[in-house]
Amino acid sequence: MVFDQKNIISISDFSKDDIEYILRLSEKMEPIARSKKRSNVLSGKILGMLFYEPSTRTRLSFEAAMKRLGGSTIGFAEANVSSATKGENLTDTVKIVAEYSDAIVIRHNMEGTARFASSVVDVPVINAGDGAGQHPTQTLLDLYSMKRLLGRIDDLHVALIGDLKYGRTVHSLAYALAMFDVKMSFVSPPELEMPRGIVHDLNKVGVSVNETNDIHSVLEDTDVLYVTRIQKERFPDPEEYAKIKGAYMIDKALLEDSDLIVMHPLPRVDEISYDVDNTKYGKYFEQAFYGVPVRMALLKSIIESYEK
Amino acid sequence: MKTPRELKVKPIRNGTVIDHITANKALHVLKILGLPSKEAAVTIAMNVKSAHIGAKDIVKIEGRELQSREVDKIALIAPNATINIVREYEIVGKGKVKLLNNVNGLLICPNPNCITNTNEPVISKFHVIDTEPLMLRCYYCERIMNNKDMETQFKQN
Repeated sequence: MVFDQKNIISISDFSKDDIEYILRLSEKMEPIARSKKRSNVLSGKILGMLFYEPSTRTRLSFEAAMKRLGGSTIGFAEANVSSATKGENLTDTVKIVAEYSDAIVIRHNMEGTARFASSVVDVPVINAGDGAGQHPTQTLLDLYSMKRLLGRIDDLHVALIGDLKYGRTVHSLAYALAMFDVKMSFVSPPELEMPRGIVHDLNKVGVSVNETNDIHSVLEDTDVLYVTRIQKERFPDPEEYAKIKGAYMIDKALLEDSDLIVMHPLPRVDEISYDVDNTKYGKYFEQAFYGVPVRMALLKSIIESYEK
Repeated sequence: MKTPRELKVKPIRNGTVIDHITANKALHVLKILGLPSKEAAVTIAMNVKSAHIGAKDIVKIEGRELQSREVDKIALIAPNATINIVREYEIVGKGKVKLLNNVNGLLICPNPNCITNTNEPVISKFHVIDTEPLMLRCYYCERIMNNKDMETQFKQN
């Protein structure tokens, strides 16, 4: 199979074959990501990193991925050290960084930024999160984590929990899972349920989803509990927030006797109790590691497909 | 004896007649077509009886033959509209509007946080993903726009 994506903007640009290709390549990258093997396939290549918004895992794992493959990185980690503070528009900044690098990674608070950036430059562009929009590399690492931790993606029952309305990771993940033969449950308070547009798209491709407010109803049958944070600022009434947050908190006692794994895109605040961390359930730190081999696979693929 | 036909709008000599516009949408149609303009005289009939669709609007544009591409834009709000090109009082061309797959530069993305709603040099772009009911997806932020969002937009304009 030939991977011919020029940019990584949205999971909706991916076919199932593309996803499987990246997951297979990620597996080959893992020993290099763990420093057990060395690689110089991207030697001499520079990745331009434009992070207009804060990020720990995404930014550092891209940096690690590029360096593990022998390449190097330039860029900024917050908008106030870029020329944006002097009033330079995004278009000009992106064009200039493209002149200095072989690929660009961009995170911005406005939705559609990465797609727009890819339309003004010639080098490959990777979306590292655009506001409440897409975060495709997170989705790919989520899928990779499921494959590595459970041996497959097909036939899994994945329950997405928490803020399904604003959480960008769950939106992309739902679309990606829809390409596989999975069962999906959406567990959220009514105020934060999955946007109707997304449920409409899923139904249109023949995926039926189980929507519920009750976390207990999915525990027995679920393979993956994908937890996201419920943000305080979504609720005008602090009392209401406290009540809802409590109803969606995961702790060791809740999981006992179940046969599932808990994933989380991180950062977590208190939606997963620390007592889950060192149990057979808590897999979010491994998941965070898998960001490196997946991003290595993506960088190698798009830089090579650009050069063809 | 034949009942005299009631003539609501007088015929035009040269130009375009857009018929079967969804009732009360004629003003939005003009907005989309950038009318009225200096070179074209425009006559509008709103909420007139129609055998086909109950009630309809009609727009007659004297002195301008609309190109099919520009007319197709109005399919967004008047999907049943028909176009007649008139020369010397004769209809020389007839057609129906066709909803295009892409709508560029015409609509504003309803997502205030979309990159197209900033001062960056970017033109809005939507893909039609469904026709009944009409749904469009922003090429940039991927937000879905429905009929209601579109109505609000034309009202605001």
